[in-house]
Order: sequence, then structure tokens, then C-alpha cells
Amino acid sequence: MMADVTSLTALWWAVIFSGLYHGINPGMGWPLAVSAALMERKHRALAGALAMLAFGHFLAMIAILLPFSLMLFLVEWEVEIRIAAGLLVIGMGLYLLINRRHPKYLARVHPARLALWSFLAAMAHGAGLMLVPIFLGICEISAGDTSHSAAQALMTGNIGSAFAVAMVHTLSMTFAGGAIATVIYFWLGLRFLSRTWFNLDIVWALSLIAVGCFGIYFASFGH
Amino acid sequence: MNLRPDPTFHASPKLAMQAPVENYAFTVMLSSDGSQSDGIAVVDLKPDSDTYGQIVHQVIVPNKGDEFHHFGWNACSSSLSPLSGHAFLERRYLIVPGIRSSRIYIIDVKDPLKAYIHKTVEPEELFAKTGYSRPHTIHCGPEGIYVSCLGGGGEDGTDGPPGIFIMDCETFEIIGRYEMDRGKQDKHYDFWWNLPQDYMVSSEWGLPPQYENGLVPEDLLSNKYGHSIHFWDLRARKNIQTMDFGENYQMALEIRPAHDPTKSYGFCGVVVDTTNLQGAVFTWWRDDDGVWQSKKTITIDPVPADPDDLPDLLKGFGAVPPLVTDIDLSLDDKYLYVACWGLGEMHQYDVSDPMNPVLAGKVELGGIVAHHKHPNGKDFAFGPQMVEISRDGKRVYWTNSLYSTWDDQFYPNDEGGQMVMATVGEDGSFALDKDFYVDFPTGLRSHQIRLEGGDCSTDSFCYPSV
Repeated sequence: MMADVTSLTALWWAVIFSGLYHGINPGMGWPLAVSAALMERKHRALAGALAMLAFGHFLAMIAILLPFSLMLFLVEWEVEIRIAAGLLVIGMGLYLLINRRHPKYLARVHPARLALWSFLAAMAHGAGLMLVPIFLGICEISAGDTSHSAAQALMTGNIGSAFAVAMVHTLSMTFAGGAIATVIYFWLGLRFLSRTWFNLDIVWALSLIAVGCFGIYFASFGH
Repeated sequence: MNLRPDPTFHASPKLAMQAPVENYAFTVMLSSDGSQSDGIAVVDLKPDSDTYGQIVHQVIVPNKGDEFHHFGWNACSSSLSPLSGHAFLERRYLIVPGIRSSRIYIIDVKDPLKAYIHKTVEPEELFAKTGYSRPHTIHCGPEGIYVSCLGGGGEDGTDGPPGIFIMDCETFEIIGRYEMDRGKQDKHYDFWWNLPQDYMVSSEWGLPPQYENGLVPEDLLSNKYGHSIHFWDLRARKNIQTMDFGENYQMALEIRPAHDPTKSYGFCGVVVDTTNLQGAVFTWWRDDDGVWQSKKTITIDPVPADPDDLPDLLKGFGAVPPLVTDIDLSLDDKYLYVACWGLGEMHQYDVSDPMNPVLAGKVELGGIVAHHKHPNGKDFAFGPQMVEISRDGKRVYWTNSLYSTWDDQFYPNDEGGQMVMATVGEDGSFALDKDFYVDFPTGLRSHQIRLEGGDCSTDSFCYPSV
């Protein structure tokens, strides 16, 4: 039981950490918050843009996590589902590693439609997928001895977990991205926009692969 | 791919102005009659260098008859766009189209002294993938490199309207046509945009039969060259408004939007008003209702002349038209430089108030009748034409050829390619630099200039100057 609590705590930290990680990636939109505030010449616009970006990101997380939470209804296939999910995440990482081209359709989004942009950016980068193995781990531990749980309660619990994971992740993402945007907007100035902009493409793809491997390992041998 | 953004990408115009100054210029060299291959001259701009003001390297292409004209970068400061952020590209390749052959050369200038042809896109690929011909203006933007074309399909480029196509900014594959709804647009020339505000503006010269073999006087006098500009919803790829300046405003050419993306105005130069031979510049802006408006804010009068001193084309008019063939706006949106190719003058307007430009300075050089000499005592063929401003606004460079067949009509006795520089003082004082005068190799004329690290007519910015 102690081990469960420790694992669960670690997984929730993973959710928070992944949020911070997504937040510092310029590809998830913090430069848009800086530009919105500068273009509108209003401090308020920074917060407004961050809120829209967070909303889009949250939707993208939910869009990925919810189907998995429903799938877990098939309790007897749980391990297989988790292994398949891990493979899917690894596959996305490999795809991003091999196909280094930027998704062109992101450039077609109108600059004012930040939530839509954020949703599509998260989808294109597989940001939601990165959470799946962690989320499935949380569901598994939370469910405890699954065979005794009523299916209905299990599903409700999983859906609740999906929302909680997406929410915590999005909050920490917004915190990290918001912090960078705020510091650049109010103190450092635009010169630091390009200086704090790192190419995370390879690291990001490797992260997906690592998280996917972790998910498979955890499903097979872990808890 | 870099791990950090290219240091020549700047978030705002102000940051670009504060960046290190240019070390090299890349200037088009074109054979006036197609007897030699065209090329790109690399000019040393480092004042403390032994080869300052000299051509230190040439990239000569293997074909003849391309006729180089305008060209541009594969990437610029727009790569820092927060929307389509592509910050890890390098500003490394020049996209150089042949306006006559429709061939496009991609030239790697990472090491300017060893610049070489990286790739050639043959005309057949352009025709097959776009139905356009005669590629011209280059801007790098959302989804890739945008290229405007002066011709449509068919032998003489009149089969279907001309337009813009998009090219991949890494592989240089042609992706396809840009337009989804072109509205009334049926001719093309220049275009530029404001990326955060999501609009594009395009202009009109004429169709290939109207310019390739020289200016067609009957077409000019019957006002058949372009006189409209088009406003586009950039990402929806839709013409939202066509603005007709009036049919007498023949050849609405260069589009120069304010660089600061919070501003919603810009300028367009008109070569000649056929009612009075004036040259003109229009200011265009978006009003509070979101409708585009324009007003003629600069006029330049023709100068009476003895018909004996005039080329055949102009004898009947007894005057030299200014011929506003290029304009360029400094990065701080303060000075607009206006080339009067016919008069032999470069005007400097203070456009701090874009609705009321004030003539702040003037340099005289060349000219159909005036033939002003350079301060170094040498002749200057033709008149001031393609103009490029350094990022910091302190140096203004220009060349002298307009377009091979048009040079021959307006300046039948001139020949040669030259590039000169004028300096701009802190107080705005504008004067030619006696020591900067690049004479091009015999038989080659010069046209557009690009500056290493970006310049005032290429870089698009996604964040305002603050």
C-alpha cells in the first residue's frame, strides 16, 4: 500500500513536471502571449492570451485522455491497452524524430484564434500522448483491486482522473509559459525572446519515446 | 537546423536596427541582351576592408537569358512568428528568379565569399505546378516562401491570370498556387504583408506582352497598365478589397507597409500619371470600420525639356517624367526613399506623419536629360532605381537599371551597371558617399540589392518596436 502511495505521488509529480516542460516550449505558445500584449498595448492581453492558450491545451489533453479512460472499461485488456498506448506514444516520438518538418496547417490559423491554435499545436506535437502512460498509471493505482470495483464506478473514476490530470497539467503548463512570457514582457524585453527560444524538437521527440517506454515497462513489470 | 534562432532574426524592427551592420551586399547582375550569363555580385561593405566597395565574388549561372530582377531570402525575421515559429531555419539562401526564363536559382550565401548555386528549379516545374510564369517578388512567410509571378500560363504568359505561389522553405519544392479567391486581380507585380494583422497587399505592373519587349506606348496612353492594388485576407487566401487609384495612375508598383506590425498603413509608388506625367506615391491605410482607404500624398512634377534631348518615346511630350520606379521605407518607418529614375533623383521624404510626407532631402545622379555626375566625377548610367536601406537607416544603396528593354527605350545612349551609396546623418542629412561607387563588369547591368543579415525591403516582423 505504501508503494502505491509513493507511485501515485510520483505520477502526479510527473503530470506537473510534464506541464512545466510543455509550458517552456515556445511551440506551445508563450511567445503568442508576449506578442498579444505588445500588439494590443495592454498588460491584460497577456493574461487573456494565456487563458486562451490554456483552454486550447486543456481541450487537447482531454481529447486524448478521455478515449483512453473509456477504453479502460475493458478491464481484462488493461495491460494490453497500456502496452498499446505506450507503443503509440513511442510511434509518435519516432514520427516526430524522422519527420522534422513543421506542420503547415498551424500557419493557416488566424492570429486571433489562440485557443484553436493551441489545441492544434498540442495535437501536432503529441502533447496529449505524452500524458497517456502517466494517466494510465494513475488510473490503475487509483482503481486498486479492479476486480471488485463496479464497472460504472471505475469508469466515473477514470473520467474524473482524466479531467484532474488535464487540469493539473494545464495549470502547470500555463504557470511555466506564463512566467517566461511575463518576465520577457515586463522586464527582459523582446531581445530575450529569441535568446530563450531553444530548439526542443529532438528533445521533445525523445521525451515521447521515453514516456512510451516507461508506460510499457510500468504496465508489464511495474505495479 | 540550429538549436538557437538565427542571430539575424529580430523580434522587432527596433532590435533589427540595433543589430550589427551589414558586411556584404548581394546585387543582381544582368546581361542586357542575353549574350552573357546573369549572376549575383557579392560587394564588400566593410569600410575598413582593403576591398571595400568592390565586387569580391560572383556567382555566375550556367544559363543565358534568365534576366535577373528581384530576389529574396529563404528566411527572415518572420521566422520568429509566434504562430508558425520556425526559428531554427537559417537566413542562408537567396531565391533568385529569372523574370524572362522563369527559372529559379537557390544560391547558398552562408559564406558570402564562396556563395554557390545550391539548387535550380527549372521553368517546366513552375509551369506544371502553378500555371504561372515570370517569377518576381520573394517574401518568406507563413507556410513557406511566397513568390509573385508576372505572367500566367502559355507562351506569352497571358493564358490565365498571374499570381503568387508558395515554395517550401527547406526543400525549395514548389508547393502550389496561393490564391483561393483572387477577386478582380488579373495582373501582378509586388506584394507584402502585416503578419500579425493577417493582411497582404499586392500590386500590378502589366502582362508580359506589355513589358517584355519594351514599354508599349499605346497601352500606356490608353491606361492599360495596372492601376489597382489588392488587399487580401492573408491566411484565408482571399482578395477582400480591390482599390483602384484611377486609371491614369499607371503602374502601381512597390508596396511598402509600415514595418511596425501595430500599424495598419503603408505606401505604394506609381510610375506615371498619364494626365500630367507626374510621379506619385499613395498612402493606404485601414480605417476604423476595417475598410481600406488611400490618398495620394506625394506628387513629383515632370521637368520640361528640349525634344532634341529626349528619347523617341518622350519627344512628343517635351518633358522628362520623374518615373517613380522604386520606393523603400526605413525600418523605423520614418524615411521613405523615392527613386525618380527619369529625372535622375533620389528623394528622401520624412513620413513620420504618413498622411503628410515632407521632402527632407534629395540627391541628384544620372537622369535622361540632366546626366548628373557622381561626386567622384564619374558618369552614372540611367538613373537611380532599385534602392535598399541598411537596417540602421544610415546607409542607402541603389543601382541604376530598370529593366533591360525599358533602359534601352528611355536611355538609348547609356550602358553600364553601377551601385552607389548615400549616407544619412543623425539629423537626417542625405548625401552621396564620394568613395562608394561600384562599376559592374562590362555588359552587365545591376538591379535589386540584398544586404547580408536582412534589409528594409525583406524583413517582416511579428512583434512591435517598444
